[in-house]
Amino acid sequence: MDTIVITTTDLRKVYRSRGREVSALDGVDLTVREGEVLGVVGRSGAGKSTLIRCVNLLERPTSGTVEVAGRDLTALAGRTDRAPAALRAARAGIGMVFQHFNLLSTRTAQENVELPLEILGRAGRRDRARRARELLDLVGLSDEQARAYPAQLSGGQKQRVGIARALAGDPKVLLSDEATSALDPETTRAVLGLLRDLNRQLGLTVLLITHEMDVVKAVCDSAALMKGGRIVESGTVAELLATPGSELAGELFPVGGVPSGPDRTVVDLTFHGDSASRPVISQLARTYNVDVSILGAAMETVDGRQVGRMRIELPGRFEDNVVQIGYLRELGLQVDIADVTGEADVTGSAAPRAPGAAAAPGLPGLAAAEAAK
Amino acid sequence: MTWSEMEPLLSQALGETLRMVAWSTVIAVAAGLPVGVLLVLTDRGGLLRNLPVNRALGVVVNVGRSLPFVILMIALLSFTRGIVGTTIGWQAAVVPLSVGAVPFFARLVETAVREVDDGLVEAVRAMGGSTWTVVRKVLLPESLASLLAGATTTVIALIGYSAMAGVVGGGGLGDLALRYGYQRFETGFMWVIVALLVVLVTLVQLAGDLAARSADRRRRGPAPRLRLLRPRTP
Repeated sequence: MDTIVITTTDLRKVYRSRGREVSALDGVDLTVREGEVLGVVGRSGAGKSTLIRCVNLLERPTSGTVEVAGRDLTALAGRTDRAPAALRAARAGIGMVFQHFNLLSTRTAQENVELPLEILGRAGRRDRARRARELLDLVGLSDEQARAYPAQLSGGQKQRVGIARALAGDPKVLLSDEATSALDPETTRAVLGLLRDLNRQLGLTVLLITHEMDVVKAVCDSAALMKGGRIVESGTVAELLATPGSELAGELFPVGGVPSGPDRTVVDLTFHGDSASRPVISQLARTYNVDVSILGAAMETVDGRQVGRMRIELPGRFEDNVVQIGYLRELGLQVDIADVTGEADVTGSAAPRAPGAAAAPGLPGLAAAEAAK
Repeated sequence: MTWSEMEPLLSQALGETLRMVAWSTVIAVAAGLPVGVLLVLTDRGGLLRNLPVNRALGVVVNVGRSLPFVILMIALLSFTRGIVGTTIGWQAAVVPLSVGAVPFFARLVETAVREVDDGLVEAVRAMGGSTWTVVRKVLLPESLASLLAGATTTVIALIGYSAMAGVVGGGGLGDLALRYGYQRFETGFMWVIVALLVVLVTLVQLAGDLAARSADRRRRGPAPRLRLLRPRTP
């Protein structure tokens, strides 16, 4: 499972328009392992879209290399803008799914799926039709829907056609460009479930870009955060949670909640490993005879283990809780003292503040300040 | 004039008009389609981006479009003689009609092809499709409805131009109307010809609309049916 399928090395893309240069990718190193679903998240303008288009060379990177399944696509691209046959053949082995589906309106669902087969030169109209039917069946569309034109299908059905079409060339790799961003939440869940199934059934490697954390949570094994054309964080969900101060972990598992009064210590716990199956909170309460309140929690069960974050409140100032916090660390949890006094302080009274905590006002749940260890 | 006097004149002139328009339409489509597609492909952001070629084509098309047809026809007299061997008759009229209609149709093709969603082009490129595949499988089929509407407009414009071509020896309905209606004061006969032209243009428009509608799959529901004389719903 540890074969690398996609590698980008120091990928840069500079757009020039009217003498101005805009850097969309600023040295991106990304690896996607075989059979993995990797989600690249970031705001619009972060360069996600450019990145995914550079992977199949729809956009030509200014510098850097892209390797897919051991082949250096940047070397195949040649000098001119036109794609040589070798690059086109390589592209045919990479499926791509689009936000706005990009189905031909003049072809039925089935004919849309036949299109890549025509381009691949699959002989025989009947063979192509049979293969298209199989693929549409795989993505859960009926024969009747196969005969419908895109305008007669719902958004979710259109995206299923788009996925079937992307699978037509038996790709090892699927690129998903905001595939669910134009869909409602329920349809999004169904389409993501389909992607997950295909990933498992066919061993498909999926690189997806999205601006929705829920998408990453629902289907991704790993995630990478893009900002200003760079990847600033990346790793498996467990690795990200284990990273102190990880922005992605914070956004994937947002915890809120403010202390109920003065002289309270608010602690953010991150569960990312073996500790997660133990009844940590009740052990803490029993051992030290303290009242623990849970202010907020975002937990998920991944492969039978609980991962996520929890915000709890302990009575007393930080100084009174040093032992308890040490105990939690011993259990293998990551413990951060949350700096949430700012918004809790409605009365203007002096609220407890963890020593050494960096003030990060205005970023609740995101920048859990790290306590001095 | 009686109908038995009018009838042979009309059928001969109608035949000439139809032949002139048909041939020049065939040539305009055959030449205008690639020119229009090239105008899109060579433009900024196109698959065959080549701005010098694009600008040059644009200038040629604009010059062709801006010349009044009468002037174009006279300017092309020696060219016509070189090709057809004469400047008289409907065959000779086909030359300036085609030269006038090619840039006209090319611009309509350009507009139609530009309207095709870039995402579709991207999808086919991502499948490994070549530029030619993009043209054949995406740009032309997806713009077919607009192309048919453009061809209809071109045919109707050619019917109008053919009247002018008739004046300098091309024959056809326009020539007949001018000779009898204007020069011999047969006003009644002229109105008959005008009515015939109206019927001709209406039939062309109806056929073109029908073809364009049945090529359009962008709307929901089954293939549309012809609705006579009712305005198009957008």
